[in-house]
Amino acid sequence: MQNGDQHYSMEDETYTDIDGKAISLECQSHSGFCREFTVSSAKVSIGRVMAYTCAVWLSAYIIFFVTENTAVLSSAIIITLVGMMVHIHFVKVDHETLLIIGSLGVQVSSSYASGRESTDFIEMGKIKDIVINEAIHMVRKIKDIVINEAIHMQTVIYYLCILLKDPSDPEAVSSVVPLFQSSKPRLNCLVKVYKSCQEILAKC
Amino acid sequence: MVLKIFFPQCCNKADSGLLVGRWIPGQNSAVVLAVIHYPFIPGQVKQYIHQMRGQSGVDLTVLGSWSMPKEGQEGMESFLRDLSTIFPQGQWLQLSREMGKIGFRCHVLTRDPNGKLIQQEKELKEDGEGEKGGKGGEGKKGGTKKGGGENKVEGEEGGGEKDKVIFIHYEQRKVMLSQLHPVDNGVPDPQTESQLPQVFGTVCQSEPLFFLDKYDDGPVKMTHWQSEGREGSIIVELMKQASTPVCLLTTWILTLWTSLCSSRILNVRPMRFISSKLSTCLQLSYRTEHLQTVCSPTRATAHNHFMRKANIFVSFFVDVSLGLLLVSWMYRENRIGKLANTLVPAADHVAKELEELLQWLMGAPAGLKMNRALDQVLGRFFLYHIHLWISYIHLMSPFIEMILWYVGLSACLGLTFALSLLSDITALLTFHIYCFYVYGARLYCMTVYGLSSLWRLFRGKKWNVLRQRVDSCSYDLDQLFIGTLLFTILLFLLPTTALYYLVFTLLRLVVVMFQGVLHLSVDFINSFPLFAMGLRLFRSYRLAEGVKFRVLCEEPGTPLHLMMDINPLKVSSVVQTYRTPTYSCYPKDSWLALCKKLFLGELIYPWRHKTTKID
Repeated sequence: MQNGDQHYSMEDETYTDIDGKAISLECQSHSGFCREFTVSSAKVSIGRVMAYTCAVWLSAYIIFFVTENTAVLSSAIIITLVGMMVHIHFVKVDHETLLIIGSLGVQVSSSYASGRESTDFIEMGKIKDIVINEAIHMVRKIKDIVINEAIHMQTVIYYLCILLKDPSDPEAVSSVVPLFQSSKPRLNCLVKVYKSCQEILAKC
Repeated sequence: MVLKIFFPQCCNKADSGLLVGRWIPGQNSAVVLAVIHYPFIPGQVKQYIHQMRGQSGVDLTVLGSWSMPKEGQEGMESFLRDLSTIFPQGQWLQLSREMGKIGFRCHVLTRDPNGKLIQQEKELKEDGEGEKGGKGGEGKKGGTKKGGGENKVEGEEGGGEKDKVIFIHYEQRKVMLSQLHPVDNGVPDPQTESQLPQVFGTVCQSEPLFFLDKYDDGPVKMTHWQSEGREGSIIVELMKQASTPVCLLTTWILTLWTSLCSSRILNVRPMRFISSKLSTCLQLSYRTEHLQTVCSPTRATAHNHFMRKANIFVSFFVDVSLGLLLVSWMYRENRIGKLANTLVPAADHVAKELEELLQWLMGAPAGLKMNRALDQVLGRFFLYHIHLWISYIHLMSPFIEMILWYVGLSACLGLTFALSLLSDITALLTFHIYCFYVYGARLYCMTVYGLSSLWRLFRGKKWNVLRQRVDSCSYDLDQLFIGTLLFTILLFLLPTTALYYLVFTLLRLVVVMFQGVLHLSVDFINSFPLFAMGLRLFRSYRLAEGVKFRVLCEEPGTPLHLMMDINPLKVSSVVQTYRTPTYSCYPKDSWLALCKKLFLGELIYPWRHKTTKID
């Protein structure tokens, strides 16, 4: 009996996002017309957390040393805690999932580092097509931390998006829903997802 | 197209019977609503369904059969097949489930144009597997339960249309109670409406179907969400019974009150002017309107009306309880008496500060040199004004405590009334600051206009009122002489008037800011949708933005099973959608316009009260 659920991740190729960080793509085929793609970004790095915490607490100590006010220390602790909670709950995306179910619709969901999931479902009747679009992306890189020089660069990036139909005019595109906004995978990853999606859209 | 079956979770363990539901046109989907159990008489079933169709307005039909054989119940297969001849359908679903297995098995029977039944039976292929497209043929109708139903996969080799089936499980009670947003107010066209609103609408409107269940003695025995047990609350039922007479009584009292308010005595010009300026009276009229909305004896049928009524009721309730708490706190230990006793000394203190300020202005404020004569005139004028004001306050001081005591009782009507009262008392006590501001502003305004007009004369131009533009003009020598003289005088007097204007405008702005904060909080309490927020926090499935799907783990060879959960509305959308419209109090001008008015010396009234918005 065939296993209806094929699960495979691309081990031969390592994917990166547009900034060069490593990401991973997982494709799961639940049935002939239902597939799920998960793009996972890098997790919260312990080095950065420690660096941030040390910086804040060191500056709080210096201020305390100068002003002899203990409220500075407690406020520094509160700031770090609140900042970390806000970051993992609202900012840091752990993985993004695209679930495409033929003739039913497409579900896009982002899962944050704290476990919170935000989901959106778009019905098939509203979807015109799934395409890869180009965009110009402003990138700012700090050239050298010592010199603190910032260079603005523009690069062309590709992103996968869903085109929605206009209810009044079936041929026109009313809006565009971009996918994988936080993980920002590169073209090779997007092409694989695109090809799979087009197979399913063609069937139904 | 893939066949989609929405199957309620409550029917997963139901005994064998007939599936009742609705086909959604154009989408190749079916919504299963209930299962009618054996034994039944087909004629009675048809009659019952016809009756339900009329009562609910939903196009109910028998979708197919459901069989979950228990021990000792064999041989249902042929019986079930024969049933399809009794109920003429385009497509007949045969769902079956075996004990111990999670999946469902499904057959699809279609009628060809001759009316004969063709069975699209797909046999399981031994080698067929997931080759691409191999998964087809799940002809299952009906939602499958978790874990999958059995998928009868198949398809003849090279066969044509492989019917694929998706089972979508849904929780019937939640879908019935939930409301999809954005709320459609009109009657939607069934052809173009998308699938999900139709599913939600079907379950919602089929409420009459859910009255009878298998435990009742009726013509048919059914299983649906009510079979798991009905929820009820005695308090809610009692409140429903009591609400009608209470509503009638309140409506009668309110009509009396509104007729009293609109009587001739109270409608004379001065009273109307005063009551339009006092924010307490405004709040009172506003709350009367609210109460009228809430206490109308007709039931609210549309979702929006119901939410509006509920929001107003809950916010009124919270407001009154907060007000009562405040009153009880203030009247305990006679705090209100202490407050009244500090009021007069506070007014005295403010007056003293103002006098000192004026003495400072009359000297050499901030090192600037003022025009001595004008300075003295203005300073003495304002000082005398303050003296008058203090005398009035002292005259009133014996009565202040009593007035405050009785007026403070009106805070029982709500916290918003207490805040409006505070704003009104502040306005009354700082009336002299307002007067000073008006005097200073008018003086400054006249100076500025005079200066601009004489400046034009200086350059030989004139303002043409007809054409609303500046024209050149030839003046006589006398006119030029007097004009230049006046211009010089006004120019040198400008710093003095400007300084007085600046000082009093700042004071006035402080008072305005304070009143603005009070009004904004009153507005917030009035308009915040507490009921909708409570629903969103505690019963989040009632307000749905959409749905989300979860793939349930499958057994091999089973069709696709999905679990449909409700995606609740975002908190910001809740506030935006259900905000009660109020006489919102917001800045009338933009910052730029405000600065321009201040510079020219025009009187500013930064907060504007609108009349209630009609949506």
